[in-house]
Amino acid sequence: MLYRETGQFKTSYAADMAIFPIRQDRIALWGLLIFAFIGIPVMDAFQVWPLRGEYLIRAILIPFLILSLAAVGLNILTGYCGQLSLGSGAFMAIGAYGAYKFGTGVRIPLEIFTIDIPPLPVFWCILLGGVMSAFVGILFGIPSLRIKGLYLAVATLAAQFFFDWVFIRVKWFTNYTSSGSVVAPDLNFFGFFANKPIEKYLVCLVFVTVFALLAKNLVRGNIGRQWMAIRDMDIAAELIGIRPLYAKLSAFAISSFIVGVAGALWAFIYLGAWEPLAFNIDRSFQILFMVIIGGLGSILGSFLGAAFILVLPILLDQVPHALGVPVSVETVSLLVFVVTGALICWLLIVEPHGFARLWSTGKEKLRLWPYPY
Amino acid sequence: MRAPADIDISAGETILSIENVSLSFGGVRAIRDVSFDIKKGEVRAIIGPNGAGKTSMLNVINGFYHPQQGRITFKGQARAKMQPHDAARGGIARTFQNVALFKGMSALDNIMAGRTLKMKRGFLWQLLRVGPALNEEIAHRHRVEEIIDFLEIQAIRKVPVARLPYGLQKRVELGRALAMEPDLLLLDEPMAGMNLEEKEDMSRFIIDVNDHFGTTIALIEHDMGVVMDLSDRVVVLDHGVKIADGTPGEVKSNQNVIDAYLGVAH
Ligand SMILES: Nc1ncnc2c1ncn2[C@@H]1O[C@H](COP(=O)(O)OP(=O)(O)O)[C@@H](O)[C@H]1O
Ligand SMILES: [Mg+2]
Repeated sequence: MLYRETGQFKTSYAADMAIFPIRQDRIALWGLLIFAFIGIPVMDAFQVWPLRGEYLIRAILIPFLILSLAAVGLNILTGYCGQLSLGSGAFMAIGAYGAYKFGTGVRIPLEIFTIDIPPLPVFWCILLGGVMSAFVGILFGIPSLRIKGLYLAVATLAAQFFFDWVFIRVKWFTNYTSSGSVVAPDLNFFGFFANKPIEKYLVCLVFVTVFALLAKNLVRGNIGRQWMAIRDMDIAAELIGIRPLYAKLSAFAISSFIVGVAGALWAFIYLGAWEPLAFNIDRSFQILFMVIIGGLGSILGSFLGAAFILVLPILLDQVPHALGVPVSVETVSLLVFVVTGALICWLLIVEPHGFARLWSTGKEKLRLWPYPY
Repeated sequence: MRAPADIDISAGETILSIENVSLSFGGVRAIRDVSFDIKKGEVRAIIGPNGAGKTSMLNVINGFYHPQQGRITFKGQARAKMQPHDAARGGIARTFQNVALFKGMSALDNIMAGRTLKMKRGFLWQLLRVGPALNEEIAHRHRVEEIIDFLEIQAIRKVPVARLPYGLQKRVELGRALAMEPDLLLLDEPMAGMNLEEKEDMSRFIIDVNDHFGTTIALIEHDMGVVMDLSDRVVVLDHGVKIADGTPGEVKSNQNVIDAYLGVAH
């Protein structure tokens, strides 16, 4: 079937406002979801080729899903609302340690009474980790009302270093373990135990699918337009009645919430046991690169960027091997830096909206093919 | 301070009055003791040579600048320091001398953004985007499509505005202001940089907005022909001072005005 919208007349604004107004795109999305939810588990059950063993699911698909979610979160703040943040790692850490504390029980003795929360089910822990991250996000978003661009980025960088320090030094967060390393509680989701990689994968897939859909709803509604208006021209935005305070802080809150949930998933599901180093500044940059490469201001781009950043090192490792060129591990990691850096420079100059825009330009060409104007 | 949105003023009454307003930036006295009023339903032109203080006056009216002296009364209420978003709530919309659109958004989204104050569904509804939230989006999309039809920009509704030619950008910006359904519409040189045909189109839109929707308009414009045709009354500024105020005919024959325009190349 050709990629065409001929004959697909939209008879209502509702149809025109759907996520994917073109039928071929809708079919592709449903196909992808069915493959992700049913195809992959079936292939895993029968140990069909790329899923033989657990490597692909454990080492690629699970981190891809979780980091895509973090990229969606950062994209809301940086891509949609235009507030540059270098603190994603810190917000992932807050989500992770928040979830950990709720999972192991919170006990804070105060003068008059003691806050005593028993260990909560893991699903609620993950969401509460996100809520903690959202609170801190609002706090660190307040300076954004005064400072912009690079100065704000420096403030978020300060958040990153501050929380690195907090989770190493304040032993309360790690329940006073001697090594500072902590272990996630049992992954019991309302009776569904996520122990095998495929089960963990499915849990992540549910989280990511639901969150991506909700995020897409937000960005194409009134609040999303407010964010983009603030990003593109804050003076004109105020003039049509948008309060910068509300628009910016809501972006900080929602972005930090999603990044926090991604952090909790990363800690509980991907790592299982972790130490503060898992969420350092490298993580922040990794997520930021995903957003820039995938496309600022695009939910789809967040996924494309995450896929690229994760697959690149594997490609650079495997392709020379397949060609019979021996490449050392150090060379590969160096190559990853060089290629990522060069690509980001190229994208920032040629196509600031990343892969997502290249993708949609490609589709536009395809719609007119073979008779371009 | 919030401007009241619900006070009704009938046509011909004063909707905005400026009394003895002065504004300076450090040593530059942009507006000096200027008074004038705008009546509901009229097209009020503000003219004057470059640097006369016209844009500054609009900035005072919609709360960007806070004058050091003077009183501003909008819909019968004297206002203290008001923020631009409060002015928007009160019913004041605005276009800019240099187009101030949201560059990364489509023409449609730019105009939809103008509906932001009219959309009432909260965060949770928007998150789910079903039922009342979806109906609200669709209802406002209908209103926006009417504006798009009115401005004859159907063909470019999905185009990112950065890719549009200047004349169309100005039109989209007018659309965004109209989407706010304002009581007072401030237009800062809406025809600057346009060719004759585009100017005629824009003039027609301004007349139609004023006629059909009864929107009160304050218009800054350099083209005297346009000013004479469109406006009911004209106020003339020069070096921050009001030098004339009256009907287009009166202003055209005013000696101060002739001197100011002959003395300054623009
Ligand atoms: N933000 C500002 N800071 C300093 N001076 C300003 C500012 N805005 C306007 N001015 C000065 O005020 C005077 C009037 O400017 P403006 O209102 O833009 O004139 P007009 O729109 O009539 O051409 C000019 O001398 C200009 O330099
Ligand atoms: Mg001006």
